[in-house]
Amino acid sequence: MAIDRRSFLAAGGLAGLALAIRRAVAEGRLTAEPWAPPEGQALTGTRWGMAIDLEACAAHPGCTACIEACHRVHNVPRFDDPKREIKWTWKETFEHAFPAQENPWAGEERAELPVLVMCNHCENPPCTRVCPTRATWKREDGVVMMDWHRCIGCRYCVAACPYGSRSFNWVDPRPAIPEIDPSFPTRTKGVVEKCNLCEERLAEGKLPACVTACPYGALTFGDLGDPESRIRRLLAERPSLRRKSFLGTGPQVFYLV
Amino acid sequence: MYDAGKILAGLAIFVVLVATPFWWNAARGADTAPPRIEKPPAGTSCVLPPDQMRHEHMRLLIEWREEVVRQDLRTTRDAAGRPLRKSLSESCLACHGGREKSCDRCHDWLDVRVYCWDCHSDMGARRAAVAGGR
Amino acid sequence: MIERALRGGSRYWTLVGALAVLAALGGFAYLHQLRVGLGVTGMSRDVTWGLYIAQFTFLVGVAASAVMVVLPYYLHGFKPFGRVAVLGECLAVGAVTMCLLFILADLGQPYRALNMILHPSPRSILFWDMIVLNGYLLINAVAARMGLRAEESGEPAPKWVHWLVLLSIPWAFSIHTVTAFIYQGLAARPFWLSAVMAPRFLASAFCSGPALLLLICLLVGRISRFRIADEAVDRLSIIITYALLANLFLLGMELFTALYGAIPEHTVHFRYLFLGLDGHHELVPFMWASVLLCVVAAVVLLRPAWRRDRRVLAWAAGMIFLGTWLEKGWAMVVAGFVPSPTGAITTYAPTGTELLIALGIYSAGALIVTMLYRAVLVTRGDLPAREIP
Repeated sequence: MAIDRRSFLAAGGLAGLALAIRRAVAEGRLTAEPWAPPEGQALTGTRWGMAIDLEACAAHPGCTACIEACHRVHNVPRFDDPKREIKWTWKETFEHAFPAQENPWAGEERAELPVLVMCNHCENPPCTRVCPTRATWKREDGVVMMDWHRCIGCRYCVAACPYGSRSFNWVDPRPAIPEIDPSFPTRTKGVVEKCNLCEERLAEGKLPACVTACPYGALTFGDLGDPESRIRRLLAERPSLRRKSFLGTGPQVFYLV
Repeated sequence: MYDAGKILAGLAIFVVLVATPFWWNAARGADTAPPRIEKPPAGTSCVLPPDQMRHEHMRLLIEWREEVVRQDLRTTRDAAGRPLRKSLSESCLACHGGREKSCDRCHDWLDVRVYCWDCHSDMGARRAAVAGGR
Repeated sequence: MIERALRGGSRYWTLVGALAVLAALGGFAYLHQLRVGLGVTGMSRDVTWGLYIAQFTFLVGVAASAVMVVLPYYLHGFKPFGRVAVLGECLAVGAVTMCLLFILADLGQPYRALNMILHPSPRSILFWDMIVLNGYLLINAVAARMGLRAEESGEPAPKWVHWLVLLSIPWAFSIHTVTAFIYQGLAARPFWLSAVMAPRFLASAFCSGPALLLLICLLVGRISRFRIADEAVDRLSIIITYALLANLFLLGMELFTALYGAIPEHTVHFRYLFLGLDGHHELVPFMWASVLLCVVAAVVLLRPAWRRDRRVLAWAAGMIFLGTWLEKGWAMVVAGFVPSPTGAITTYAPTGTELLIALGIYSAGALIVTMLYRAVLVTRGDLPAREIP
């Protein structure tokens, strides 16, 4: 059972096998265990993505259902001091979310439109490139992951993220968490955190918390690799924006206009 | 040899300092009997035989951690071949009835400080409390 | 050889003691940071790097500057630098040690620092920086010791030492180039995303580092029989002058590209630095002071008569050191984060704890350099007899 570097690497080399096992688990052949979620199967995709309906979201500027749901299930602390703030998803004004899309004739109102932002789970993430310990990396299905056990807190990824999606734990977050959900870990001081696209919920066959929480159906989550998926149809039917896609990051969060 | 006296005296002081935990505990008559870990009431078999578990639980946990977080491989099987979720708080602690009984007792005795609890919740103790309240 | 650093009079031990006390104070402040977290600093969600990383960046330059005496001596046989080369290498040892300490002080989880070796990621520039910095520390420590031993015995150093010193030349360039790459490879930060970042780092290093070395040599000359040769001072001051001019030129390149190109994402950072942004002027006095100090020093040094006057030269060297520090050891890092990628302006000022930790690390570095220099001076017999018990 002992794990050393070599066996870990070997395990990594057997990724194909691992994938097969995961598929098997997903198909329910290996799952007979009592903890199996009601939905039964893990959600698997080849390229996860998210489409946010700008109009539908902006029609309810005071609504924070998605943000609250996300922060509740992930034990995200609430600091009043913006310097200590931790956010996985939040609202920015349109002009701050899309700095290159400014239009002086669109009016103040358009510039101040609230836009829901989060980690873009980039196709080509700059944050994972700079991480010196591989504590953050892109999974095969496109989720940009964080390993909070391994992060040394150098904050290079924070500097590299063009979207300000990453937060650092300047102090112990626990006292600032309104109510700790014991089924998800909290973080410790000195590590970076961000949206994980609810990978722990995907494994249990659930949609991301923000998607299920939205009362207006403004968020669509799906497999971009599947041409038949709802998200693909939406993106084919309606024009959409991506944040700073000119940087070559390939954001997987789309804004339907 | 120059300054033999000084060097030997320095060495002696060094040895005494390094051995502080031993003579300090001996002097204050610390309890040296190893703690007893109770068998979980509901459990029949662990993931590994008890003796192996005693020595290798930390490695097993690190292995699980790497597999779950980094490879999305979340299930294993216990010694009896039943599927088991690779989770410290959901599997280990739930069966053993919380960290106080299964982790802290030994770690405190050995003065080992683990920081699992900085982030992970003690689901076992929670379940036990809920069950006790019923 | 290093044990000779333990031979000194009361003045020496007072200095060593004072530096040790300051270093210990920094150590206590660090224990506080270790317990509470980096929240004891002034850094924030938007400005995630501050004083520590800025000092690290600046000191890499000081360390790299040893090459400016090593190169003329070993590669071009410029003899007057013979006695200065070892001092330059010792300064590099102290500076790199401070760099590593500043990185450690900046880590949120310092206990996990070894993850950089256990789980190496060659795609990260930090990985390469770790390699070049530690390598440079080792090279300079060995080169200084072997050079001094050769001096003492009067016999040339072994052949491999010569190769090692030659290796230290490109290595010195590499440490500062790689450190610049940490910044200039980030598409998220337009302020740093500039091809002249590395050349500019090198230019500012090759004026500020030798300026510090010159000041130290003049100071050592006051308290010992060590005398830096006039030719060496001359050459050093010319090196400083050219590097300073190159540094100012490259700053001009940055400004022209940003301002004439007029891409808002680029100009906004320079506006924040030189004019202030939305009522925030925190860095404006620092930046203008930096430019003013460097320009005045450049004008002074360009006139040979002034450059040869050691008092004037010493003042100019001090101005250059301070001027480059204000820019590279302070404004350059902070300005990259202001405004943030979402346009927020968050001000940053270091806290007392942060300053105390930085002071402690600087004291530890000064302590190392002091003791190494002591060993060198004792070995060379450059100290008056009453100073050596």
